[in-house]
Amino acid sequence: MMTLTDDQRMLQDTVRPFMADEGAIKPQLRHWRDTGCTDGFGTQLWKQFAELGLTGILIPEAQGGAGLGAVEAGVVLEEIGRNLTPSPFLTTAVAAVRALEGSAQAERWFPGILSGETVAALAIDEGKHHDPSRIALVAKRQGNGFVLNGTKQFVVHGNSADVILVAARTGGSPGETDGLTLFAVEKGATGLDADTATLADSSKSARLKFDNVALDADAVVGEVDGGWHPLSRALNAGRAGAASELVGVAAGASEMTFDYLKQRKQFGRLIGEFQALQHRAAHLYGEIEIARAAALKAAQLLDAGDPRAELFASVAKAKAGRVSALAVQEGVQMHGGIGMTDEHDIGLYMKREAVLSELFGSPRCHAGRVAELSGY
Amino acid sequence: MADLDSFRAETRTWLEANCPAEMRTPMRSEKDACWGGRHFEFQSPAQKQWLDAMASRGWTVPDWPTEYGGGGLSPAEAKILKEEMAALGCRSPLTSFGISMLGPALLKFGTEEQKKHYLTQIACGEIRWCQGYSEPGAGSDLAGLQTKAEDKGDHYLVNGQKVWTSYADQADWIFCLVRTSTESKHGGISFLLFDMESPGVSTKPILLISGNSPFCETFFDDVQVPKVQLVGEENKGWDVAKYLLGHEREMISGMGLGGEKQALGAAVGPIDDPLLRAEIATFDVDALAFAAMSERFIDQLKAGEAHPAMPSMMKYAGTELNKRRHELIMAAGGSDTLEWDSERSKDGKAARDWLRTKANSIEGGTSEVQLGIVAKHILRLPGA
Repeated sequence: MMTLTDDQRMLQDTVRPFMADEGAIKPQLRHWRDTGCTDGFGTQLWKQFAELGLTGILIPEAQGGAGLGAVEAGVVLEEIGRNLTPSPFLTTAVAAVRALEGSAQAERWFPGILSGETVAALAIDEGKHHDPSRIALVAKRQGNGFVLNGTKQFVVHGNSADVILVAARTGGSPGETDGLTLFAVEKGATGLDADTATLADSSKSARLKFDNVALDADAVVGEVDGGWHPLSRALNAGRAGAASELVGVAAGASEMTFDYLKQRKQFGRLIGEFQALQHRAAHLYGEIEIARAAALKAAQLLDAGDPRAELFASVAKAKAGRVSALAVQEGVQMHGGIGMTDEHDIGLYMKREAVLSELFGSPRCHAGRVAELSGY
Repeated sequence: MADLDSFRAETRTWLEANCPAEMRTPMRSEKDACWGGRHFEFQSPAQKQWLDAMASRGWTVPDWPTEYGGGGLSPAEAKILKEEMAALGCRSPLTSFGISMLGPALLKFGTEEQKKHYLTQIACGEIRWCQGYSEPGAGSDLAGLQTKAEDKGDHYLVNGQKVWTSYADQADWIFCLVRTSTESKHGGISFLLFDMESPGVSTKPILLISGNSPFCETFFDDVQVPKVQLVGEENKGWDVAKYLLGHEREMISGMGLGGEKQALGAAVGPIDDPLLRAEIATFDVDALAFAAMSERFIDQLKAGEAHPAMPSMMKYAGTELNKRRHELIMAAGGSDTLEWDSERSKDGKAARDWLRTKANSIEGGTSEVQLGIVAKHILRLPGA
């Protein structure tokens, strides 16, 4: 059934007011942006996430977590998106947890994630576009371990992360999914250089340079040359999760915009009376509902272990990205001049959408994947 | 859950045993559908066998109560039946405006006698219905309709004209909106049922740009309609009409799903043009997302969580999607798909289907009407 269960609704009832109060734009996004925070998010809020059990939402109960699934993570992410709440939830509690689950590294990092002390990042992209099969960063065997050389970019929270999950090539050649290995690299590893940039949405992202970074064999997550499996788990969860967050961004931006249509007067009437705007607003509303359904479908298929989950993770990411872009563009346009000011929040939605749409693959990237997975 | 699992297993076994192989191939067009009715000619013995088998279990209308010829299934069971039919590729045993439009309205507004009489006829495909809504002067502004029904004691005397009456020339009965009062626009409309063989009823097919004539003009000249054939109260037909329109829109939105199980990009064959591939891939994203939305919408409806105006959103999205689908099929087919009468082109099937879809965003309320409804009832925009 594609309606939320009672338990999922209870979670929504808890998270919605929490994010609207504690995670709101003023005390979080604007505050950290304007005070020059180096993490780009509030560590105190991340602790509060932990107290609510959110950081361990996907961690199995046997390991101290809530043992919930992608649908529940999506419920949380939609509220994060709606409030533009800066946090490492998507990278750490969703993508990294899915990458680490079932591996020896899980024991090492799950306790810190559960307590809200550990932040994890994923180092996948090497060019300006997401294309994980083309990974070229080399991990060469040396003694009992490996030596890594190469570069990564768009490593969100890379500067704050205690552990970075690095996808590297131990075999095969770029373009192949075999021969990839996932490594857990600890903060401060010798030979690892991080160049941090603030992104348009005020989050922090690192470009990493690996210059003979030596790792023990136990830094491997899963199997050597079999990194595509944990990486796919992380990416599918990350994509479905990002889709839910994008739906939240679209919902937040559109609600703000629909309210504005009911307040702003020009030509002696409310601008929401103009049919030119009504039809665009109604179209946008429908598109957001469809994107929400796509994100829910992807999450449900992931939780069911259905083979179509990968296809729908791409459908959801592509659809939610496009719809969210429409929402923020219509949002700024319908707000007119005030929408161009830093003072108004609508522009913040546009910036967040841009980053989130690109993360784990753009709408175009995923439309291409839908074509490939559909056999054309 | 165990009950549902065993229901699924039993359903599959029954369908495998009872659905003829011929009824497990995709329908090529609306013409392949089993419409039922007094004058319907079955295309094959298999088509009749399939209808009779399903009707005997009430599965032409799985979620209607058994006393009206339905299957009495719960929403979860009805969904399972649908899934299992899809898995085996079973055709719908009966396509009917009685099922998709009139039935739900009768279930809500009909008297017990009306339900027993009309619903059981619909369930087994005995009577084929058509819809008398639009008029030459009342299209998007449907409530402006002028077809008059005068009170003559035990019956109404109906005079006027309807247009865009789908398959009126093949239908047995009509559900029809008439004006019983001129004092109020919306509050002077009544909802009548009558036999198309009644004296004074005539129809004339309208030739469309597709070369086909699925719609008619329908004329009423002193047609006598017994008062027991009024549904709901006199002058309160607009409530019935709107409720029924919700179901019509729900049905039309299903066009967004297309008939194919495959992605469009796989169905149209090799695509050499990268720009076309990109456009089709974008379409397939939208189509798969819409399929998820359709499933969610039905679940929300059954759970009573859907906003009453949601069918308008679905109708808009589904029909616009279907129009895009056929634009892309034409683009992928190039000049092959422009042939209108060759055997090669199956008498111009692609082109005729493409042109047919242009009515999707007009029939059942235009896209613009649907957007207006969403703006007013869901977004509550001022003056909408």
